[in-house]
Amino acid sequence: MTRSGGVSIVGAAECDLGSTDLSVLTLQSQAITRALADAGLTLADVDGFATTGVSRFSTTHLADYFGVRARWCDSTFAGGSAYEMMVARAAQAIEAGQAETVLISFASNQRSARSRSLGGLVETQLPEAQFETPYGPTFPIAYYAMAAQSYLHRYGGSSGHLAEFAVAAREWALLNPAAFRHGAGPLTAADVVGSTMISTPLSVLDCCLVTDGGGAVVLTSTERARDLARPPVAILGYGERTTNASMTAADDILDTGASESAGDAYAMAKLTPADVDVVEVYDSFTITSALNLEALGFCDTGEVLGFVADGAIRPGGALPFNTSGGGLSYCHPGQYGVLLLVEAVRQLRGDAGARQVNGAEIAIAHGTGGILSTQATVILGVDR
Amino acid sequence: MKPSEIPTDVPEPDEVTAAYWAATRRHCLSAQWCVSCAAYQHPPRAVCINCSATEQLQQVDLSGRGRVDTFTVVHRSPRPELDVPYTIARVRLAEGPIVLTRLEGATAWAIGDAVEVAWADLADGRALPIFHPHDG
Repeated sequence: MTRSGGVSIVGAAECDLGSTDLSVLTLQSQAITRALADAGLTLADVDGFATTGVSRFSTTHLADYFGVRARWCDSTFAGGSAYEMMVARAAQAIEAGQAETVLISFASNQRSARSRSLGGLVETQLPEAQFETPYGPTFPIAYYAMAAQSYLHRYGGSSGHLAEFAVAAREWALLNPAAFRHGAGPLTAADVVGSTMISTPLSVLDCCLVTDGGGAVVLTSTERARDLARPPVAILGYGERTTNASMTAADDILDTGASESAGDAYAMAKLTPADVDVVEVYDSFTITSALNLEALGFCDTGEVLGFVADGAIRPGGALPFNTSGGGLSYCHPGQYGVLLLVEAVRQLRGDAGARQVNGAEIAIAHGTGGILSTQATVILGVDR
Repeated sequence: MKPSEIPTDVPEPDEVTAAYWAATRRHCLSAQWCVSCAAYQHPPRAVCINCSATEQLQQVDLSGRGRVDTFTVVHRSPRPELDVPYTIARVRLAEGPIVLTRLEGATAWAIGDAVEVAWADLADGRALPIFHPHDG
């Protein structure tokens, strides 16, 4: 199953999560040192960095801060899909011999710093500043809400059906001691629908958390990985699409690039959705989960609300999905994509405690950035 | 939009968007039209994304009619001067392009509703196109 040579994830860790009152660089240091310790490596082994969210010159500052003369760097800025894209780029760099050991890390203190705004960041040089911002769209939620409205209109169903994604995420979070909502008790669809309306049809419990947090993964060649501390998790395939930045570019708001991104990843891995044991997707909103679950091929287009209605994505269901509790109930520091990778690695190593999916051998991690703007998929597998 | 909601910080047009904004001064909704390949696009760009032409792009007047592609009623606003709730929508214009806008003049909306352009005047003489119900 592993391609000849190939690249693996050999270390994975979270930084402190939730409400930390710590700086971004302290949180980055936690993620990086914990992931290196997990791999049995030190900073002296690192020759490549990929990160965002530190500064305008994110990898430059990270290399400086950690005293590394990096042979390779990547700061691909693609929101929630950036970290899946970075896995692809890092794997290519390692296979090309440009780097041997790459650290992919992200951390944010957005909850402690109260740095998130409902309007997003307006860049006046872009068309959106003239043609969209004047109307007062919330960013990004107005776009996801319009996608949800469109989905429910086209395929039927209600916000109560969409709420299952929040209900299931909470069920998983109750099994994850690191989850922000671990002790919050279960949710019902009625709780979600009855929570504060933000942008119809999405209520506050349809929306991801705003927390501090982050994580890191360490990549090296699979050949070298086999001599390290933990079982390697092989990178079997990847793909990505970048489609739109504005709210009007997509002719069909429900036609995202996710199915094409996943299609490329499945083709590279020579696998199909039926081979996948664990699914980790970016759940910025309940509708994001719904669209991604369909796009990744786990049910037909227009059928996801029926697919999940019987508990299929809850613990013990047919399809283990967002097993950490997701952005909805576990942690959402912005650019949550790195934590999809951390959870996938833990599941494939059998490290996931009460939420462990028995015998998990293949996992898919799929990040979505911006307003359904960017999509990136990574397929991971137990080394064979 | 209420007078208190009219934005005062809409960026100045640039060389590509000047013709669009000039048309709004006479309450005319326009879109960019490529003479080379007969395609509309919005927002205006320095290149036709259908045929790559850079010289044959014109800003042409539109009917101002369209249908609601999708919408959301915003209950938490991004700016304190905006009074909630208000309705943000994608409107598919009769000529094809999609615009982001506000829907006003009705208490409830549905995807597919017919709409026509109305105008919210900016202090500098330009105007923002918004949409009202249209019978037809």
